[in-house]
Amino acid sequence: MKDRLFKIVLFLASFLILLLTAGIVYALISQSLRTFSEIGFFKFLTSDSWNPKTDKYGALSFISGTLMTSVLALAFCVLFSLPVALFNGEYFRGKKISTVVSSIVDLLAGIPSIVYGLWGFYVVCPVLVDLGFSDTGFGVLLASIVLAIMIIPYASSLSAEFISMVPNELKEAAYSLGATRLEVVTRVSLPAAGSGILTSYILALGRALGETMAVTMLIGNTNAIPTGITGTGNTMASIIANQFGEADGLKLSSLIAIGLLLFLITAVINFIAKYSMKLINKA
Amino acid sequence: MFTSSIKYRELKSKFFFYIICIFSFLAMVPLFLILWELLKKGYRQFNLSLFTETAPTSMDAMLAKMSDDLIPGGILNGITGTLLILGIAIVISIPIGIFAGVYLAEKQNSFFANLIRNLTDLLQGIPSIVVGIIVYIWVVRPMHSYSALAGSVALSIMMLPMIIRSTEESIRMLPVTLKEAALALGGSYVNVVFKVLIPSAFGGLFTGILLAISRVMGETAPLLVTALGASIVNWDFTKPTSSIPLLIWEFYNDPNLSDLVWSSSLLLLLIILVINLTAKSISKKWKIQ
Repeated sequence: MKDRLFKIVLFLASFLILLLTAGIVYALISQSLRTFSEIGFFKFLTSDSWNPKTDKYGALSFISGTLMTSVLALAFCVLFSLPVALFNGEYFRGKKISTVVSSIVDLLAGIPSIVYGLWGFYVVCPVLVDLGFSDTGFGVLLASIVLAIMIIPYASSLSAEFISMVPNELKEAAYSLGATRLEVVTRVSLPAAGSGILTSYILALGRALGETMAVTMLIGNTNAIPTGITGTGNTMASIIANQFGEADGLKLSSLIAIGLLLFLITAVINFIAKYSMKLINKA
Repeated sequence: MFTSSIKYRELKSKFFFYIICIFSFLAMVPLFLILWELLKKGYRQFNLSLFTETAPTSMDAMLAKMSDDLIPGGILNGITGTLLILGIAIVISIPIGIFAGVYLAEKQNSFFANLIRNLTDLLQGIPSIVVGIIVYIWVVRPMHSYSALAGSVALSIMMLPMIIRSTEESIRMLPVTLKEAALALGGSYVNVVFKVLIPSAFGGLFTGILLAISRVMGETAPLLVTALGASIVNWDFTKPTSSIPLLIWEFYNDPNLSDLVWSSSLLLLLIILVINLTAKSISKKWKIQ
């Protein structure tokens, strides 16, 4: 009797996850229906005007802001996370120094978004101004640089794992043919671990898309499509953080609709990463 | 041919190796730069009153600044708020997370378990601000007030997936014979779970919980739309409540209070790093056994 009850409790705990997910999807969709019926789904997606005075809302500026910052951040991130992954997974695999490097890089993942935002505002921003990238420093470029640092640990630890999983026999065969270390890395290790590395970048991209506080503090908060990488803008997450507090009516519904879009985009990205991980594990 | 000579290829290889080392080194630099910045600007305000007094008003801070004093006050309301919000979040998420994790570990390949596993991963990927919106709709609106409880619900939704997956993984790592032996001795299923499975997997469970706590501890965005913040020490979970990250956000937006931003960030970062390192050392010890 007690056992059966306990098994029901275990089941209910898992069932709660199902309810939670269903509830999240229901809440987001039901609350954004007003926007979709009054503005129209495609109009909302393709319009770049965001004007509370005329009650006209469109998400295009924020979608493009999100994509620009995330993709640029990913590009910066690759530049550093790939070397870290090679350092830990290939050159110093299993050595003490690689534990040190990977632990320190992993600690970057623990720093709160808001502290990254502060640091970006007070330290990175003036550097960008000094270098002459833009007048104020704020914008897509600044947000992307800080975002990139935030996602390096996610990309590097996973790709290091995939690189270290490349069979030694493959590499030894290449060495025995007279290949140098570089040739082994670029022609054996990286191709063999390629799909895994790609997956870790997709996961890192998923992280970047939803980051809120740091981006809100750094992107400049203008409600238009960013003009190039030094332009200012807003992302889907930052417009919600900025305007949710005082919003009501159609504006609130539109912000929730943006939340729904953000939820869908990150869900799709994470699904792709999970699916490709499954394919790799099977192969 | 020069380009194919061994020497040239070796040189290229070595050059690449140094590039790798330099870039790996550069990737570590931000952590130290951030720590340095917080220490340099935060140590002056990192005093007793940081822990014993509530955040000052903008006016008080301005007056202190004009006479070149330290800004009076601290972040007591944030510390107690973080304790309250995090405490309730832990109470909500740990039982559900562990039970669901045990369920997943026991029913590995059923359709329902696979569905729950996928949904858990989906939950883990939801951006924190979206979690905030959800809880605003679910809790803040029906209660007609921002509250510590709403903040806790938001944080527990973020903690759940991590606790579930770490529970599942650490229980699955136990040998099946352990459970079989306990059942063969006549232990009831409840006893087997509570006295054998969970204690044996405790290291893994504890690590997962610590990591979940450290991950949500610095969350600002979901609290911004659920707990809102308060200027007094508040222990009533139905009222708006502050937290350390919320105070950092406040200080950031008020130029008069900007000095306090550094010491509070320093405190937050130190707590999180310590929890992180503890979790890591536990998981390392646990794996050796």
